[in-house]
Amino acid sequence: MSQLTYREAVRHALAEELTRDPNVVVMGEEVGQFQGAYKVTQGLLEKFGPKRVADTPISEAGFIGMGIGASMLGVRPVMELMFWSFYSVAFDQILNNAANVRYMSGGQINCPIVIRGPANGGTNVGATHSHTPENILAAHPGVKVVVPSTPYDAKGLLKSAIRDNDPVFFLENTVLYGEKGEVPDEEYLIPLGKADVKREGKDLTIVTYGRPVIQSLIAAELLAKEHDISVEVVDLRTIRPLDIDTVLASVRKTHRVLVVEEQKPFCGVGAQLTYMIQAEAFDDLDAPIGRLCTIDAPAIYSPPVEAEQLPNPQRILKAALALLD
Amino acid sequence: MSKKPSATIEQKPTASNTSHGQAPVNAALTPAQKIELFSQMVRIRRFEERSHRAYTGKNAAGGANIGGFLHLYNGQEAIAVGCCSLMGKHDHVITAYRDHGHAIAVGMDTKALMAELYGKVTGCSKGKGGSMHFFSPERNYWGGHGIVGGQIPLGVGLAYGVKYKGHKGSAMAFMGDGAVNQGAVHEAYNLAALWNLPCIFVIENNGYSMGTSQARSSAGELAKRAEGYGMAWGVCEGHDVYEVRATMDKFLQIAREECKPAVVEIRTYRYRGHSVADPDNTYRTKTEIEDYRRTKDPIQVFQTALIAEGVLTTESAEKIDEAARAEAEAAADFADASPYPTPEDIQKDVYWESDNPDQRTSQGRLFFN
Repeated sequence: MSQLTYREAVRHALAEELTRDPNVVVMGEEVGQFQGAYKVTQGLLEKFGPKRVADTPISEAGFIGMGIGASMLGVRPVMELMFWSFYSVAFDQILNNAANVRYMSGGQINCPIVIRGPANGGTNVGATHSHTPENILAAHPGVKVVVPSTPYDAKGLLKSAIRDNDPVFFLENTVLYGEKGEVPDEEYLIPLGKADVKREGKDLTIVTYGRPVIQSLIAAELLAKEHDISVEVVDLRTIRPLDIDTVLASVRKTHRVLVVEEQKPFCGVGAQLTYMIQAEAFDDLDAPIGRLCTIDAPAIYSPPVEAEQLPNPQRILKAALALLD
Repeated sequence: MSKKPSATIEQKPTASNTSHGQAPVNAALTPAQKIELFSQMVRIRRFEERSHRAYTGKNAAGGANIGGFLHLYNGQEAIAVGCCSLMGKHDHVITAYRDHGHAIAVGMDTKALMAELYGKVTGCSKGKGGSMHFFSPERNYWGGHGIVGGQIPLGVGLAYGVKYKGHKGSAMAFMGDGAVNQGAVHEAYNLAALWNLPCIFVIENNGYSMGTSQARSSAGELAKRAEGYGMAWGVCEGHDVYEVRATMDKFLQIAREECKPAVVEIRTYRYRGHSVADPDNTYRTKTEIEDYRRTKDPIQVFQTALIAEGVLTTESAEKIDEAARAEAEAAADFADASPYPTPEDIQKDVYWESDNPDQRTSQGRLFFN
């Protein structure tokens, strides 16, 4: 085991897959000479050369579309979006072309592309750079959506994503890039679509993914210490495919659920989860399902207030206590 | 870094110009190959006419044979046939929604194409794509795309793939004149030029982006915009299959040998509306359509040339036409007799993994109903 940052874990996954498969290429804005806008791809150009690690112009519709076209010919591009927020200018490429080309061709064409980059608020960059589009992406059949919360998960899931024959959208988090965690030295893969119980408990299930996993674990610790409440934290890790079975198993154990997400509430991932939990475990619920989201407005700039707009341990703690009242 | 753009190829709009027939790429054609080109053009024309009849007619149950949109290629046949006839093993084609002609030109079976229009499971996309979404990857034909200009970055990706794999090949990325103002097209131009990708951007300029004439939609010369990206460009007339081949051959050779992109505008005309549902006479006149048909119809122009060359006779041309009509009729019969996909088919072909469950590595639910 080594202690790696989330950033290093993603980088190691890229390096290992670049080494393993000559069809893998890494492309994006500033991924090469600049060493990555968030230093995720640091050193990869030097190690693998410009054919495998390519700097693109600021031209998301162009280069993402190019990657999709190349993937149809069997290249396995791993495209970096400097921020997932920039997906909006490549929306047609991502959600018309990548998501639909297999279907519209009657299964003749595959699109083994990975698009990765950070998708989060909390860095005081205003509304245009703080989008969390996992719900919008996952609403499109044909795509897979991954949102890892720890260095261990980020590495194992990204390696699986690169080997996947369907388009995979991989949403990281700039706030987590510096967080450290244990990562095995030997190679490992984590299958997409497998949730992880990050903390076991018996009174309440928090279902979450991404950075709110880390915040929920802090809240769970406070709830245990200060309120003697035992919280189970289920990290979805992948939004589509969705490991609803692990969620339901936890619900059947605790009988109370709080969904926590760094999403706006309307049509968010939590809306789908809440529907599925009530539909499939109605009799196991002792209380209405609770939901804690980002406060429903565009991302505010003001730094101390943005922290309150997003899920945070105190907001999670309050929402949990309200459910257990 | 930018080379001087290649000279515009000026061509007087005369109906028959034999000089292009003497271009090496055309002089090398055998009589049988010339007849094959002619035959393909006729087959496209008859396929389109038959599909139009099917679209406006009713099936035995009184319902529509074909749903949605139907963008016909009548009038533009020499372009798809001329360009696709130059394809080698590592040359790829991608186009927009007016995609029937290219599909026939790359060798797709017209039965499967017509069945796709009818929404039948025997269609080339199993009834999942429709008129705008024909694909045949084994023939290097990558669609068939519905969003104006959206396929052009994919075309650059095909060219990138060819180069990445070390093949001597190219991608021809077709678009209409209405696509040249889309941002994605310009992003694609820049990438192809910047990275020296073997992509030929082919603008099939039929004069109208839907109902808006070129003069009302696009500033400047369409292909000349290539100069802003340091790309070579050319213009040619699309009613003469020899001219299309001679022009495209030049740019394709540069693409394959030197990995250089280019923009080629091919001037053409469509006889039918943008789609079948098109008011037509609100934005152009019947006289305009008739004038083009009379003086520049690509099939008539080529037929006249081939008869003059002694390759074809009026009788043999008629036989080709009869065979094309019969083929289109047989395609319609096949489509009509074919079954529709079933509701169980709706969720097939969505994910590679769900279609290959024995090789699936992910877990969890992929579908949500």
